[in-house]
Amino acid sequence: MGELVQLLVSGVAVGAIYALAALGFTLLWQASGTINFALGEFVMLPAFSMLLLIAAGAPLWLAFLLTCALSMLVLGLGFKRLMVDPLMRHGVIPLVVATLGLTIALKTFVRAGFSAQAHPFASPFPDGQMSLLGINVSYADMGTLLLAGLIVLALQAFVNKTVTGRAMQAVAQNTDAAIVLGIDVKRMVLYTFLMNAALMVVVALLITPTYLAKFDMGDAIGLKAFFAAIIGGFNQTRGVLLGGVLIGVLENLVGFYISPAYKEGVALMLFLAVILVRPEGLLGRPEERKV
Amino acid sequence: MNAKSAALFVFLMAIAIAAAFMKRSDVYLLTLYCVFLMATMGLNLTVGFAGQMSLGQAAFFGIGAYHAAILMKLGWPFLAVLPGSAIICFVLGLALGFPALRVQHHYLAFATLGFNALVFLVMRNEEKLTGGTYGISDIPRPTLFGFDLSGHLAYFYFTLVSLILLGLLLWWLLRSPWGRAFAALRDNPIRAESLGVNITAYTLLAFAIGAACAGIGGVYFASLVEFIEPGPFHFSTSLTMLLAVIVGGSGKFFGPALGTVVIVLLPEMLRASSSPWLKFMQTWYLAAFGIAVVLLMVWLPGGLLSLPEKLSGKMGRGK
Repeated sequence: MGELVQLLVSGVAVGAIYALAALGFTLLWQASGTINFALGEFVMLPAFSMLLLIAAGAPLWLAFLLTCALSMLVLGLGFKRLMVDPLMRHGVIPLVVATLGLTIALKTFVRAGFSAQAHPFASPFPDGQMSLLGINVSYADMGTLLLAGLIVLALQAFVNKTVTGRAMQAVAQNTDAAIVLGIDVKRMVLYTFLMNAALMVVVALLITPTYLAKFDMGDAIGLKAFFAAIIGGFNQTRGVLLGGVLIGVLENLVGFYISPAYKEGVALMLFLAVILVRPEGLLGRPEERKV
Repeated sequence: MNAKSAALFVFLMAIAIAAAFMKRSDVYLLTLYCVFLMATMGLNLTVGFAGQMSLGQAAFFGIGAYHAAILMKLGWPFLAVLPGSAIICFVLGLALGFPALRVQHHYLAFATLGFNALVFLVMRNEEKLTGGTYGISDIPRPTLFGFDLSGHLAYFYFTLVSLILLGLLLWWLLRSPWGRAFAALRDNPIRAESLGVNITAYTLLAFAIGAACAGIGGVYFASLVEFIEPGPFHFSTSLTMLLAVIVGGSGKFFGPALGTVVIVLLPEMLRASSSPWLKFMQTWYLAAFGIAVVLLMVWLPGGLLSLPEKLSGKMGRGK
């Protein structure tokens, strides 16, 4: 029993990280129709950036903050200005292809310029675990859950309570109507790119202690983010959270009770099952087809 | 026979003759090119003609290769294994594409991406069947109607002829009324649907046929390299295959032929060269390729083969 609860808790913690990555993915998709296949690399680059800053002597918190700023500048503003804006004129497919090209380029850069090895990354949380009623929960899992929960709550509060947040929601729901209402759509879209970039740094901070910093670490996290978003339902924050947590928990259960070798296949199976039965995602609302 | 196909015929003959005078390693490379081209031509059907992104072509390529390797080691003849690989990939393509394509088109990209990851895991973990990371070695080259094709030149000719047959088959497919529906689908899916084309069914078939082509390529690959392990069938190969099709010019029949030069022949030439600058380029080749893809999408989203059109279009407007 205690074993099962432990598996559930750590599954939820990992799932919360997937959910954060998935939130970034849906932010961009909702606000600007951007499908970013380089999402995983947007996690991998900050991981290496933090690693380099720490190696240069910066404490973790400083490395994190500096990387956030850097990421928002390069992976937020730079990505939007240099890739998304010029490519959107041609439609979604060229943009998707370009992000695929970017994936290869970034992975090769890190591999050739840095190293093909996996580098250990210190956890932001203390080692050890806490015993509660015979259940052991590691501080890392608790910290992850707490931080991910706080970020989601802050994000929700921002989107629902502030004028800027509501304007961003309006852009995501109906861009044309938002323009008519005098919302500065371009600025709002830029904000989502910046938020996405910062979110990926948090994901990097949380996932890298377990995944290790490696040039291809983005493959797995990217894939799970896409699947989490679709499983839960793209257009609902609750849905994306549910999708991420479901994948995390099921992976843990399959890894423990069935076979650790096939843990990575869980997300695909869940994805196929969900789109067969409920194409709009578990909590998603069906969207009308855009002609 | 018109001028274009005559030129193609002369070109193919020239390559076939030239191969007889090439180094063994160059013939090997040309054969590898032909094998990859089988997979990318199939992918072009999916990407270029049905307008779908598939990120799992290497998985089908690998399934074809492993299926062939396992059965040929048991003594099955090459020609008995070939249709099996094609059919398995076709059926898997249907099974994977059906749920994904029912929803929205970019879902196929995600489904194939996950599929590739799963297939890679199976190859690595099912040691009894696939040999795990040690792979399968000593895969035989075929003997056909009493001809021994194990020599490098004989196997190249065999692969080249097979590639041409596959190309003719695809060409015929695209010229048939059935294939015209593909083009209609790509150019304007909504109009095609209103004219009675069943979008989902055609797209699904295009994807499954593309997968079957990869399966066929995989069989030739297994026999060519004689040793397979999971490495070449990683998702990154799917990605380069997809980008090859797009760089060459998706939807253009000869687009993949050009794109495959970029992903198979060019990197090998860099590796083989002795100049230090080219050696340096080899490390960074994929990075340069990735950036080139990004730039290409900005300037020439139709791929390299659309360059003449673009140039003539510009000149036309200039008049």
